[in-house]
Amino acid sequence: MGSLIASRAAIGDAFLTTLFLAGVSGVLSLLLGTLLAALRVSPYAPLRTVATVYTEFLRNTPLTIVFFFYVFVTPSMGFTFGYKTAAITALTCYTSAFVAEAVRSGINSVAVGQAEAARSLGMSFSQNLSLVVLPQAFRTAIPPLISVLIALVKNTSVAGAFSVLELFALSKRLTNVHSADVIAILIGIALCYLVICIPLGRLAAAMERKVAFAR
Amino acid sequence: MSLTRRLFLTTTAGSAAVLTLAACGGSSDSGDEVADVDPSSFEKGSTMAKLADAGKITIGTKFDQPLFGQAGPDGDPVGFDVEIGKMVAAALGIKPDGIEWTETVTANREPFIENGQVDIVVATYTINDERKKVVDFAGPYYVAGQALMVKKGDDAIGGPDDLKDTNVCSVEGSTPAQNIEDNYPDAKLVTFDTYSKCVTALNNGQADSVTTDNVILAGFVKADEDKLQMVDKGKTFTKEPYGIGLKKDDDDFRAFINDTLQKAYDDGSWAKAWESTAGQVLPTPEPPTIDKY
Amino acid sequence: MSSGPVLYDVPGPDEKKRERLVSWIAGAVLVVAIVAVGWRLAANGVFDDRWRILLEAPTNFAGYQVGDIWSAVFRGLLNTLVAAVISLPLAMILAVLLVSLRAAPWAPVRWLASAVIEVFRALPVVLVMFFGILVLPGASPLMAVVFGLVVYNAAVFAEILRAGINALPAGQTEAAYSLGMRSGLIYRIIQLPQSVRMMLPSLIAQGVVLIKDSSLGYIVGYAELLRQISRVADALTDADYLLPLLAVGAAVFVTLNVLLSRLAVWVQRRGRLQRRGARVARTATLVED
Repeated sequence: MGSLIASRAAIGDAFLTTLFLAGVSGVLSLLLGTLLAALRVSPYAPLRTVATVYTEFLRNTPLTIVFFFYVFVTPSMGFTFGYKTAAITALTCYTSAFVAEAVRSGINSVAVGQAEAARSLGMSFSQNLSLVVLPQAFRTAIPPLISVLIALVKNTSVAGAFSVLELFALSKRLTNVHSADVIAILIGIALCYLVICIPLGRLAAAMERKVAFAR
Repeated sequence: MSLTRRLFLTTTAGSAAVLTLAACGGSSDSGDEVADVDPSSFEKGSTMAKLADAGKITIGTKFDQPLFGQAGPDGDPVGFDVEIGKMVAAALGIKPDGIEWTETVTANREPFIENGQVDIVVATYTINDERKKVVDFAGPYYVAGQALMVKKGDDAIGGPDDLKDTNVCSVEGSTPAQNIEDNYPDAKLVTFDTYSKCVTALNNGQADSVTTDNVILAGFVKADEDKLQMVDKGKTFTKEPYGIGLKKDDDDFRAFINDTLQKAYDDGSWAKAWESTAGQVLPTPEPPTIDKY
Repeated sequence: MSSGPVLYDVPGPDEKKRERLVSWIAGAVLVVAIVAVGWRLAANGVFDDRWRILLEAPTNFAGYQVGDIWSAVFRGLLNTLVAAVISLPLAMILAVLLVSLRAAPWAPVRWLASAVIEVFRALPVVLVMFFGILVLPGASPLMAVVFGLVVYNAAVFAEILRAGINALPAGQTEAAYSLGMRSGLIYRIIQLPQSVRMMLPSLIAQGVVLIKDSSLGYIVGYAELLRQISRVADALTDADYLLPLLAVGAAVFVTLNVLLSRLAVWVQRRGRLQRRGARVARTATLVED
């Protein structure tokens, strides 16, 4: 326990780094993911294909490999990012594929009659999607989306293997220095993740109740 | 049978030995002459008696430390740590195929020892007081030192004091990384989870130098001499005594391992084990003095 | 069962022309981008002889033969598959159990189930695996990996299923009640099966995550695919080989997971065809897979 208290400043910093990575990539991937889901149902075949290939590829590749690409392969193309930027890019690219998939599941759960009715009122594709289908889709998609975000919080730990000192990297550092306290340190780090993820879960439950309409 | 072993055997033991050893199914160089040890020769109830009776031992080692403990082509680890582990097993009359190798990473070494997941840990495990609070150490069986590696022809860094404002790469949660963090705060520490990523960063220009124990760096230089070189001929600037971790307060077992090591120093099998592994990239050092605290 | 797009009208001649134009532009941009990336990579020597590692091993002191490299990769793949094949059904069973408890008629049971779900999905998988090996008596690395994967994924599966149940039209339940079914039965034969079918894409996506998460097993010394690849790269002590080896890893994972996804889509289609006459749920058709 002593070493946990002694390193509270470092844990605080790492906690903020994890929060920062998750927050920025979370917002970016919600935007990018919704766009991807929209592209996948759009009338333009090439855009559908691009979005499908992107989602399928990113969703099926381990995050470590995505990170490896951004950290080591893009420099070979002449772009260099800071490690945090690379981490946010990799996390966003990866997570947006899952957001897209969750939103798509949501779109699927909207009764077909809704979209048909909208069309028969003369709505265009974008009106149909943004005014009728997506608002209803998000309602179903909120729990899976929050799951995706919670997974994102924990996925930030992969950044620890690529030179970002977040919670998981810090746990490695601390367990090396304070080897007598390994279990306490790991529980402390796990608690930090719980502190971020449990409120997210609560938020999800609250939003769900709020948007749930009488059925 | 790997080239590592073949190299060693053909140069030191002659081709006849290769044939006999190959016939044994390619087990280790030092572990093949396992003499029969009578389990009853150990004090009843002691760890030695238990292990010798069972004919089995679980040894924790790292699987990602080139030349020390590195998972080989067949999935079993090879390296200097592994040879040391085999020596301890042999002293208990346990043949190499009675050893179960478990991968230990930095975070699980102490819990694995305390919980009995492993009987001993031989895993580039630096002896220090913090660790002695929860486990005991036999040895040291080797004193490593931290060194620096740079791109071939790069003479801007001549030692750790030139690291200021440069990117120096090491493995997160390793003692060399911690040393840079603590003692060279002006250096910009870059950390990955494996050494090969550090070397990739060095080749890409994302890191200016890589630092860790000299043997591991020497291994990378040896593999790619056109691109990499050691700083100041591999001069080390720390001392990391590697010990064998075991359950706390098992004094008899610790004394037994210490005696085993001492015997290996005296009869040359320690030097042989070195030559067949880390000796491929570094000359054989003098065995360190055992610390029988 | 749907004919033509649902979200937009079937294009007329003008619209078709515009569509073709957009297609051409998008295609051209894509080709230019791919060529540019390839050229930059080639200029930096990414396509040099390092890729030969996949055909013949370098003659360095690590002593690898090319067969060893592939067999190491293959053993890793096998370990990944074993962990996944054991964990997937276990996680699904536990999820159904958890989500059923969440719908139980007794409030304390519901609270307990939701608390368990929330804690389970908030814990980092790596740490759960690590605790697994320390807490479960005589746990092997495989058991610890399975433990970590099941604990986390069961919670996520449970959330997905619940979302599916919530999205069902209320008429389903009402109709069942009016037929005199009790809540347990309705739950079992009306709500759960439809939820599984509706949320199949999400469930599969999570199954894929489960497979990939097996790579966190390094903490307990489990030699799955990525770990094996990184071991080979480290043992070859030449960092250049990391790229081709990881490319192989990515290819294997993508193939494996795409196969899984295709399989699921096939199962889903078959289920849908069989139920065509019944038209149980007129959902899940806005997007064609």
